[in-house]
Amino acid sequence: MGRRNIIILAIIIIVFAFSVSAVAVTDIFGRSGMTLGLDLKGGVYLEYQAEFGNESASDNAGRLEETKNIIERRVNEWGVAEPDIYTMDPDRIVVQLPGFADIEGAKSLVGATAQLIFREQVDAVSTTLSASVNASGTTLAVADAGGFGAGDVFVIGSGSSIEPQTVVEVNQATGTILVTPGFDYDHAAGESVVNQWTPAIGLIDGEEYILTGEYLLPNCYVALDQTTNEPIVQFEWNGDGATLFSQITGRLIGKPLGIFLDNDLISWPTVQAQIGASGIIEGMSLEEAQRLAIQLNTGALPLTLNEVRTQKIDPILGADSLNAGLMAGIIGLALIFVFMIVYYKISGLMACLALLVYGAVMLAIFKLMPVTLTMSGIAAVVLSIGMAVDANVLIFERIKEELRSGRSLGASVETGFSRAWPAIRDSNFTTLITCIILFWFGDQLGAAPVKGFGLTLGIGILVSMLTAIIVTRAFMRVLTFTPLAKRTNLFHP
Amino acid sequence: MIDFMGKRKWFFIASGVLLLLCIIFMIPAGPFGLTWGVEFTSGSSLTVVFDSDNVTQSDLLAELSALGHSEAVIQKTESNEFIIRVNTLQGEELELIRTGLEEKFGALDIPASYDISPSLSKAVASNATIAVIIASVAMIVYIAWAFRKLMHSLRYGVCAVLGLIHDVVAVLGIYAILGNAYPLEVNMMFIAGILTVIGYSINNTIIVFDRIRENFLKNPNAPLEETFNRAITETLGRNINTSLLVLLVCVALLALGGETIRDFMIILTVGVVVGTYSSIAIAGSLLIEWEKGAMGRILGRLNPRRALAKS
Repeated sequence: MGRRNIIILAIIIIVFAFSVSAVAVTDIFGRSGMTLGLDLKGGVYLEYQAEFGNESASDNAGRLEETKNIIERRVNEWGVAEPDIYTMDPDRIVVQLPGFADIEGAKSLVGATAQLIFREQVDAVSTTLSASVNASGTTLAVADAGGFGAGDVFVIGSGSSIEPQTVVEVNQATGTILVTPGFDYDHAAGESVVNQWTPAIGLIDGEEYILTGEYLLPNCYVALDQTTNEPIVQFEWNGDGATLFSQITGRLIGKPLGIFLDNDLISWPTVQAQIGASGIIEGMSLEEAQRLAIQLNTGALPLTLNEVRTQKIDPILGADSLNAGLMAGIIGLALIFVFMIVYYKISGLMACLALLVYGAVMLAIFKLMPVTLTMSGIAAVVLSIGMAVDANVLIFERIKEELRSGRSLGASVETGFSRAWPAIRDSNFTTLITCIILFWFGDQLGAAPVKGFGLTLGIGILVSMLTAIIVTRAFMRVLTFTPLAKRTNLFHP
Repeated sequence: MIDFMGKRKWFFIASGVLLLLCIIFMIPAGPFGLTWGVEFTSGSSLTVVFDSDNVTQSDLLAELSALGHSEAVIQKTESNEFIIRVNTLQGEELELIRTGLEEKFGALDIPASYDISPSLSKAVASNATIAVIIASVAMIVYIAWAFRKLMHSLRYGVCAVLGLIHDVVAVLGIYAILGNAYPLEVNMMFIAGILTVIGYSINNTIIVFDRIRENFLKNPNAPLEETFNRAITETLGRNINTSLLVLLVCVALLALGGETIRDFMIILTVGVVVGTYSSIAIAGSLLIEWEKGAMGRILGRLNPRRALAKS
């Protein structure tokens, strides 16, 4: 039956056995199972765009990397299993939390800058707007900017729903105040502008410093207040922090000290006594306190992040999709087997055996590479099974033509394969070109489904072409040496 | 041998009517139009499942308006399940919607949510277009090279891609038509479906063209129509077998595969039918018209000076 064919058969059997064991053995080459995408496993996907300043490109890249590292530490401390956190050029950070369903919690944990600032109250500095402002405005013109400074927190107008604003910069000469973006209220000229809080400042070696979270030791933890039983975050200052804190608390006895997280006032305890080394933050739910402790321990993000794409898929929904996808694959494969065997008889059976080899090799590649399996990936697998069968159909139709013109099975198989090859090659290569472009486009865009589709279909096409040309042919050649070869009507419809 | 090419006028009329209908149904401002997912329009999409079966679409819209989302578009997918599309939610806005709806309608679950910022959605649409154009050009180049032994091999590539465009427009249109009876939206899964149809359709066309190439090389002096008809007839068995097989799988999956892959299977089912038809009836017909100088006549008509010179 040909020395060459025996070698090819032996290689096929080895590859098949290797693939089956790679899939069957739970832990092989450090891979313990199929890597599933978020759509099949469920989970949270967060994609952020960082706000870059005027720094150089390499500085920005460095800060993006640093931001990613801090997010990584936050997520690890939060205790999410197998997070996937990476940066995408030029300014994106992607956080994937598989199997995780609390998207609101994840957003507050990951995306918040977590800048902690201490402020003290201002003794009633008030002025009025000298021009109206609308939603798009970030610059306020006021009658007298004298009592305002950078970092101050003030309110415009009156009423309980008004949101305090933070001063970014004050231009005393023109009487204008620059506020943080996100300022989105309509105010008329003449409304009152009342300064409420100003950063708490202490002196070290004669220089002024604002007391912020950067002076904290990374050992904050959550405890329950012994009298109120409310959650609190316990913190400890480093040397400079303790110096500043004791100066500030000494000055503010009997007065409130405002604790701001990203410009939100979270608590404003009245200072009872001068304290130095440590303190507590109260006024949060347990979950918020846990989040804050993690954020304080890992530090503030060096860049401001904006959400550009977020997605949540419940793990149960993911499992449903996975089952539907697997069901699709199994039903599809079963129908193909039945059709091929009924229509092409023994040839069809050989194609089905080749498809089994194809299936095992594909699964092994998915597991070992690993290829992240998504819904669109499953779609690509179904399509590539279709193309694998199609290659066989093309070959068998050619073999049928040869057999009908009265040739022997051996001759028909050889001619059939060589005649069908150009069609198989050109149709698969054309699709392969599309795959490469889809992969590239999906990668550029961060469109994971498109990228996954391109990659999976590309692998599927290459493997299916090889199985149709090599495996089916090797099996068919074996049959030409058996007594069955004389009964050629068993090989075509 | 079946005389396919002799009937090409009818194929063009049939496809022309189909494509015209499809384009009319796709017009966004018209009574029908496609429902675009948040990937393309930006915004947030939430799947909300209520414990209660008594939530109506209008109650839900009223409550969402009260919560400051009067722009909400609501699709009812099951008796107690809705897909809500609103402007992009930032920060705590999702939590506000959840608690607001919970107060009004009782316990609920949001098993899936998706937010896309406006800057990103623009990139999706423009990059998708660029990718499709690049892919088309690359396919034309490859086919022109693979068929280089034939005269006008570039035309094979162009006609294969024209057939592809025919299929994609038809699938989009039929999806828009079906979308009026059933909630269907253009989303990432839809893109995967269209990509699959493109892969399948180009495959079919190449099989037919490959036979044309083979027959041409075997018998270069045979009349054009005869070569085409012979090739299409000879590949008919394969085309119909493969298509029936794929169709069988699609229909089985439509019936049994469940909600998650339903949209995808609809696209694939339609795509297989249209793709098989176009590879048999359209791609070859276009090519033969071109070979017979139809392109020259059309260009001549468009270019008055050439038309004058000819007369």
